[in-house]
Amino acid sequence: MYKIFDFFFLKITVILFSFLCVQAYSEDLRIKINSGQVEPLPIAIANFTGKTENVNNIGLQISTVISNNLVGSGQFKAMESAAFIAPPTSPSIRPNFTDWSPLGIKALITGSVKSINDDQIEIEFRLWDVIAETDLIGLRLTVSSKAWRRVAHIISDEIFERLSGDSGYFDTRIVYVAESGPQNKRLKRLAIMDQDGENHQFLTDGSFLVLTPRFSPSSQEITYLAYFKNEPRVYIFNLETGQQELLGAFPGMTFAPRFSPSGEKIIMSLAEKGVTDIYTMDLNNQEVNRLTDSPSIDTSPSFSPNGKKIIFNSDRGGSQQLYIMDSNGKNVKRISFGKGRYATPVWAPKGELIAFTKMLKNKFYIGVMSPDGSGERLLAEGYLVEGPTWAPNGRVLMYFKQEAPNDDGKSTTVNLYKIDVTGFRETRIITPSDGSDPAWSPLLLD
Amino acid sequence: MNYKIIAIIGAVSLLSACETASQKVVTSSTGTSTKSGSASVSSSVDKKKSLFAQAKQTAADKLIAVGDRVLFGYDSAKLDTSAKILLDAQSRFLRANTDLNFVIEGHCDERGTREYNLALGEQRATAVRDYLVIQGIDPDRIKVISYGKEKPAVVGSNSMAWSKNRRAVTIID
Repeated sequence: MYKIFDFFFLKITVILFSFLCVQAYSEDLRIKINSGQVEPLPIAIANFTGKTENVNNIGLQISTVISNNLVGSGQFKAMESAAFIAPPTSPSIRPNFTDWSPLGIKALITGSVKSINDDQIEIEFRLWDVIAETDLIGLRLTVSSKAWRRVAHIISDEIFERLSGDSGYFDTRIVYVAESGPQNKRLKRLAIMDQDGENHQFLTDGSFLVLTPRFSPSSQEITYLAYFKNEPRVYIFNLETGQQELLGAFPGMTFAPRFSPSGEKIIMSLAEKGVTDIYTMDLNNQEVNRLTDSPSIDTSPSFSPNGKKIIFNSDRGGSQQLYIMDSNGKNVKRISFGKGRYATPVWAPKGELIAFTKMLKNKFYIGVMSPDGSGERLLAEGYLVEGPTWAPNGRVLMYFKQEAPNDDGKSTTVNLYKIDVTGFRETRIITPSDGSDPAWSPLLLD
Repeated sequence: MNYKIIAIIGAVSLLSACETASQKVVTSSTGTSTKSGSASVSSSVDKKKSLFAQAKQTAADKLIAVGDRVLFGYDSAKLDTSAKILLDAQSRFLRANTDLNFVIEGHCDERGTREYNLALGEQRATAVRDYLVIQGIDPDRIKVISYGKEKPAVVGSNSMAWSKNRRAVTIID
């Protein structure tokens, strides 16, 4: 029933050049974010070149992935490679900047791929500031040739970070629930993929219902709800061994699990005798702590990034609303006061925002607000949108959307979407079948 | 020139192209469409077991005839009068069949968030359980399980379907 994974234990040697003229880049090269929609920065991504057809092909694919990542972020506009004026033959050769600047191109990316032996390749890239006529960053990595895609994501993150001043989110993965079959006999399987939808794999075989997977911040583990042997309980799935492990021995249903920021605890709900409260379980010593004790439904807890606060939803006031409390369960305070019901709060990686699901009249919304409840902004809406998850840099949210029913009232599809926290560029993530309950991984190299 | 060397050992790495088990259809041992009565018995079981299964099947049909489910209002786990009348009949059936154990499944419509609905489904199943216990049913005979919005009885995105999906269903264990 479980699958054991053959993991590539990549040994990546990275040489990161930090060039002399760190401050020399032209001021307008930095993208200003957090100010609504930005004008994408025009860049050129030259094909990564190699001496043989094999490595040349890998180079071409690397350039394509980098371009898809950067353009997909909405912060960059890539010039068509056909419009290129002879890119430099090697990344270490200084390009003729005057060829590029008239096209309005602000930054140029060049790279190469070299074969080291049967398995290993060396990938090198440079990021050039076309206006200041200088190189900004360079990276040389020696990896298994099978790891080229991962390297393309790492390079994308380096470029994004250098040009935006914020960390990237391309070398990350998404765990989600892959759905198929009719609504009343839905087959649900845990699945994982790169953030761009590549390397898709199933983690469970569909013989039992699975819901709400979430990544560990510190280990190759996922916590989720499984109806294994028809008992809904929180489990931990180890990506390296393919094993799933029951978390604790509770008298009732455990669900809505998330890791604490340190990865040492699971916070979750326990439903027993009609009462749902919030608990933590320490993964080191199995110690269980009950944090709420109300006759209402207290669920969907999420820690603040510093671990000191917890946000959750509760119907203790009559309808489902967002509440905040200290990590020991004290000082419970309601923060949502808008119209409608509020649910699935999740704290942004930098702590400044809470993302949530809102239900108002016949619509569902994905929104954000400050942890004090102010500044509510709705980003996406639909017949049913639910369950936001943050990219590790806090700039993008992913969630799932169930389309409005067709005329027959029956056929609906459920898909994963992402949107900028600015509220722009809602984009569907292509998955092999329907998908729900996405969770974004941390940056894999952190 | 100032450069740092980062050695990443065994960093998460690519999942290899591992083969995945072929898809299987979920066998819902607690099927929600109880009317079909399709708990088919595998051919390899012995006769005794098969007779037992038959008896159980007959009991399941009787339970459906008595009324196996009660419906709830939007975002509510309260039993209304008609629900209580049905549960009175159900408890008479359960008292008359003391050899049977049963499971109460709590369900919700799709107009709520997944985790909240799991809790709400548990409240609904528990409301039925508590009522039956008051009617004299041994609590040890009753298990509750919540499916939240995962197993609608009626497929559809309209108020008629939603009202039929906000339910607690008693099935024979």
